[in-house]
Amino acid sequence: MLRLPPLQLLQPTSLDEALGLLALHGASARLIAGGTDLLPNLKLGPARPEVLISLQRVAGFEGVRVSADGGFDIGAGTRLQDLAEDAEVRARAPALAAAASVVASPQIRAMATLGGNLCVDTRCRYINQSELFRDALGGCLKSHGSECHVVPGGQGCVAALSSDTAPALIALQGVAVIVGPAGERRVAIVELYDTDGLAHVRLQPGEILWRVEVPMLAPGSAAVHRKWAIRKAIDFSLVSVAVRLDREPAGTRALVGGVVAVAVLGPRPRVLDLRTYAGRSVDEALARELGQLAFDRCKTLPNVPFDPVYRRERLAVEVRRAVMSLA
Amino acid sequence: MSGGRGVALIDLSINGEATSVAAPSHWTLLELLRYKLGLTGTHQGCDKGDCGTCTVRVEGRAVLSCLTLAQSAQGRAVSTVEGLGSGARPHPLQAAFDRCGAAQCGFCTPGMLMSAAAWLDKIASAADPDLSDEAIAHVIGGNLCRCTGYTKIVQAIGEAAREVRAGGVATAVGAAATATAPTAASEGAVSLRPTSARVGGRHGKIDAMAPMVGEARYTDDLVLPRMLHGKILRSPHAHARIVSIDTAAAAALPGVHGVITGADLPKTYGIIPWTQDESALCVDKVRYIGDAVAAVAAESEDIALQALRLIRVAYEPLPALTTPAESMANPDVRIHERNKDGNVSKRVELAFGDVDAALAGAALLVEGDYRFHGSTHGALEPHCALGHVDAGGILTVWSATQVPHYLHRALARVLGLSPRQIRVIQPPVGGAFGGKSEPFDLEFCAAKLAMLTGRPVKFLYTREEVFFAHRGRHPFDMQYRTGFSADGQILGVDARSVLDGGAYSSFGLVTTYYSGQLLGAPYILPSYRFDSVRMYTNKPACGPKRGHGSVQPRFAFEVQLDKAAATLGIDPIALRRRNALPPGGRTVNEFHIGSSGFLQCLDEVERASEWRSRKGKLPRGRGLGVAGSTYISGTNYCIYPTELPQSGVQICLDRSGRVRVFAGTSDIGQGSSTMLATITADELGVALEDVRVLAADSDLCPVDLGAYSSRITLMAGNACLQAARDLGAKVREAAAVQLECAPRDVVLADRLATRIDDPARSMPIAEAFIAAEVRFGTLGSTGSYQSPREAVHGDYRGGTIGASPAYSFTAHVAEVEVDEETGEVRVIAIWCAHDCGKALSPVLVEGQIEGSVYMGFGEAVMEEHEAMPSGLRADGGRRLPGPGMAGLLQASSLLDYRMPTAPDTPRIEAIIVEAPDARGPHGAKEAGEGPLHSAIPAIANAIYDAVGVRIDDLPLTPQKVLAALRARRPA
Repeated sequence: MLRLPPLQLLQPTSLDEALGLLALHGASARLIAGGTDLLPNLKLGPARPEVLISLQRVAGFEGVRVSADGGFDIGAGTRLQDLAEDAEVRARAPALAAAASVVASPQIRAMATLGGNLCVDTRCRYINQSELFRDALGGCLKSHGSECHVVPGGQGCVAALSSDTAPALIALQGVAVIVGPAGERRVAIVELYDTDGLAHVRLQPGEILWRVEVPMLAPGSAAVHRKWAIRKAIDFSLVSVAVRLDREPAGTRALVGGVVAVAVLGPRPRVLDLRTYAGRSVDEALARELGQLAFDRCKTLPNVPFDPVYRRERLAVEVRRAVMSLA
Repeated sequence: MSGGRGVALIDLSINGEATSVAAPSHWTLLELLRYKLGLTGTHQGCDKGDCGTCTVRVEGRAVLSCLTLAQSAQGRAVSTVEGLGSGARPHPLQAAFDRCGAAQCGFCTPGMLMSAAAWLDKIASAADPDLSDEAIAHVIGGNLCRCTGYTKIVQAIGEAAREVRAGGVATAVGAAATATAPTAASEGAVSLRPTSARVGGRHGKIDAMAPMVGEARYTDDLVLPRMLHGKILRSPHAHARIVSIDTAAAAALPGVHGVITGADLPKTYGIIPWTQDESALCVDKVRYIGDAVAAVAAESEDIALQALRLIRVAYEPLPALTTPAESMANPDVRIHERNKDGNVSKRVELAFGDVDAALAGAALLVEGDYRFHGSTHGALEPHCALGHVDAGGILTVWSATQVPHYLHRALARVLGLSPRQIRVIQPPVGGAFGGKSEPFDLEFCAAKLAMLTGRPVKFLYTREEVFFAHRGRHPFDMQYRTGFSADGQILGVDARSVLDGGAYSSFGLVTTYYSGQLLGAPYILPSYRFDSVRMYTNKPACGPKRGHGSVQPRFAFEVQLDKAAATLGIDPIALRRRNALPPGGRTVNEFHIGSSGFLQCLDEVERASEWRSRKGKLPRGRGLGVAGSTYISGTNYCIYPTELPQSGVQICLDRSGRVRVFAGTSDIGQGSSTMLATITADELGVALEDVRVLAADSDLCPVDLGAYSSRITLMAGNACLQAARDLGAKVREAAAVQLECAPRDVVLADRLATRIDDPARSMPIAEAFIAAEVRFGTLGSTGSYQSPREAVHGDYRGGTIGASPAYSFTAHVAEVEVDEETGEVRVIAIWCAHDCGKALSPVLVEGQIEGSVYMGFGEAVMEEHEAMPSGLRADGGRRLPGPGMAGLLQASSLLDYRMPTAPDTPRIEAIIVEAPDARGPHGAKEAGEGPLHSAIPAIANAIYDAVGVRIDDLPLTPQKVLAALRARRPA
């Protein structure tokens, strides 16, 4: 069977210990939580970290807490299954529960964590392959080659962020709480990602994504997440989109603002601000316009294994349906 | 906490027992369980979290052990299928799986059980859990099954859930083995097995419980002392000459015991004696990405892999031909230099009757171009082989094969040994579907390296290697012209097909014949002509996948019929009835049809789908489609020329009332051992569990040709029946003396020999066996089967290929819902009526129908085994860079190759039709492949009924449906 490379597993039990180990081992170490993304990637290569620092036993890493403002304070080590089944999250942040509930398979959701899903490595049909495949291809920007097979002549890796919770949390205005040598910092999830498929998560060396804060939505606001993949289980999303609509809480219920957050494009989700649609009523016409907006502004690439032309059209339909489900 | 490089000491609880074990620090929990603790009930199917086969429970949660580091289980409670229950005290899930026939090959079953058990614990005391089939399907969404279509699995889990909730059965995590008291119901389930099996009774498989408790030993579960691990170096080029291979550095690596290249195994082989164009390791050139170049045996897989990296191969790349069109256009770029006709692997042209006149005179001529894409078997057990030379010099090869006899012959040929020096054993096989029906590189390499090193050597494919080995469904490009009379009678058929064969012949000669020869039924074709050509391409070889060679033309032809019905305004079922070939008929290509329940199959799916009241009356976007088909019950002739029987069975009785059946048959999950036990038990009046079937061991068993062409029930079944009847006569004769009656008045049933005219007078069957042994000496008998040789096939060149002793018949109705905005097709239900002659074991026949329908559904809508193009073509409007991409597989994992999960799978209703055939045992015909065929055109035809578009290019993907819908709409 496919083998893991030789490695050393460290299993700290406190955050301080974990930070210390991370500082000690530097670039030769990788963090591991659920392992459902990292281990397949290590089995396939090319990454060969010598040390894995497991966060599974770190106290306080897991758990959903309701915060003072009525939002949520979620440990990054919270398993997707627990998030999806949490009664409070389902009731008051259904888009997040929904996004967590459609990731991969039941077993993977029982293992994978929210933090892991946010930091999931970018994916591409040319990189998530065996060593033989990559050798046959002559490598690519993300392995040992110098050529991008998705965008011929491209200089930057455009592998896709295939997280479902990322667009949901962007729509919900989630904030990542990151701890590191310099202490704690807070980064809006929308700012967590970069455009470089080789290093798309803006974590500095020595930092750990520790918690995720999800503020309570304003009255009149609501969000929804939609995933499309060929299969109803196991598959990574081919379209993953979240929509938040902010509306007048009463009266006309007209649109005030909102966002469309789209993953599975390149390394960074695309976020469309809906404030320019303020004043509009939420109806079929708006839904169609926003679907078209997503189509126009989101370029799907042949990076994940499905026809990009169809994915782009499908995205428009999913956005339209998302809007209608909030109407 | 331990955790250094090298070895880690891990303390954990396994099935409630505290365990301390050392393991390499990079091992997964899966490896720890299987290779350190011997808990081989947990299987490995995909390497990396895509299939769910390795599911275990950690602290109660069902998780993937292949993605869990062994060290991270430190201090945790792990439970595996071995802790769930036992044969004597089964967990309610195991009992329900057994009762419902939910396990076929059994390979996915442990993982399935663990996922279900975790859910069962959760809902056992929940207030109002959702126990619907849909909810259960989601519970096992992460567990792929390739055999069952999930139908009986979902049913079994539902039954267990209702039972647990009704009885409040404790299924405590980690302590299941000790805490689970069998309920009355689960004990009852075990005793539900009939004490006396009769043909046609509703029983499960005789060996179903073994995989469910982790007892079945698949090939990779076998570990021998001093065993080495082998790995194969594979070509990164789609087409290249091998200039040189330097293995010195690899051979010098500590821990490496043997390195071989093509020079060590130069003898060619191939399943078809006339097209032996493969060698175990490439000799002078490589012909596809993944072609085998060298092999290593080392003390661990890690060392073997390290050694592969040290082998230096110099290649001279050659142009890669990735499509039949490219192969035709470039005959000078020869994939096989010694091939006579460019890159043509095989061409078959046959004509019956005056097709041109028939088409010229037709009231309606339907013309269509069809594309059937490639797909693969996707058995969850990767290929595995273990070779060992014993002290007596006998080479034993254990292999996950479905053709141990052909493997035996090929090993002798390639290794230069006499067959008597070789023993081939086929352990339980975790699914095959045609993907393990010829010899593969790993079997020769395991054998050769075992001979060279003097140690046992095991090779286990990675999932990617399974995709390289392939032998899946050939992509076909087909042009069909069919002439009809105004009232819908078929007048003539003209078919042209181009088959994309891949790099080697495999069964291709037969496939090329089958592409035309198997279309002769179930309809009367007054005239028929076909021209099929199979081209070599630089891709993994195509071969036989369930429904070998006839699924593709069946798709084209059944859509042609549907188009004719629509144009002529005739109901599609009525049109098919009108053209049905009667029982006892002769096809245009001179095959003799025996029994046929085809009309009854049409009646049954018409009734079950409520066709008459719903066809044409469904809401927009919904539709019904029908299709019919036929298939062979074995081929009339062995693959190699011989006058020997196709199947032999030996039966021995012992004094305890037990019966031993020795047969060369390959049980690959379909239940051939149960079939033999059923026939035997029925004949000798014993219970199913009194029959031990010892199968597929060349030292113990008479030859059977293997599990292909749906041949075992008819052929081995007949051989078995003959042997059992021979013994039954002796037992009756001996019993008659004691019962004071004529032998013909003795009935053997219910573990008794009984006087038919006086049921009060009986004797235990064991005493009857003893009486017979006293009278006749040791009790053994043999039976053999040879197919009929006269007047069953055509008297023309190729007229024997595709001829069968008996033909099965099938009809499908599919119901679909098409989302007109996305083009997505949801298959809601498929009804399949299949004429298997006689269902010897109806539960197993249903399982074959359900699994076939599932497999057809999967390839119809989502599965695709295709390679990347050569760079000569455009993709998405852009020129692809090459040549490195040419011939790379688009999908070579169970993530990218999308086999339907339980929530994707439609409701499948299996309907058994019995038109007994005089040539079948008790009238039985095949059930394992026929029920796949017409599922695919039924879905395509239902799409037309739903939204009025024809998708003649498989698979039926949303983008194609959407494009067709747009093309139809007025601008």
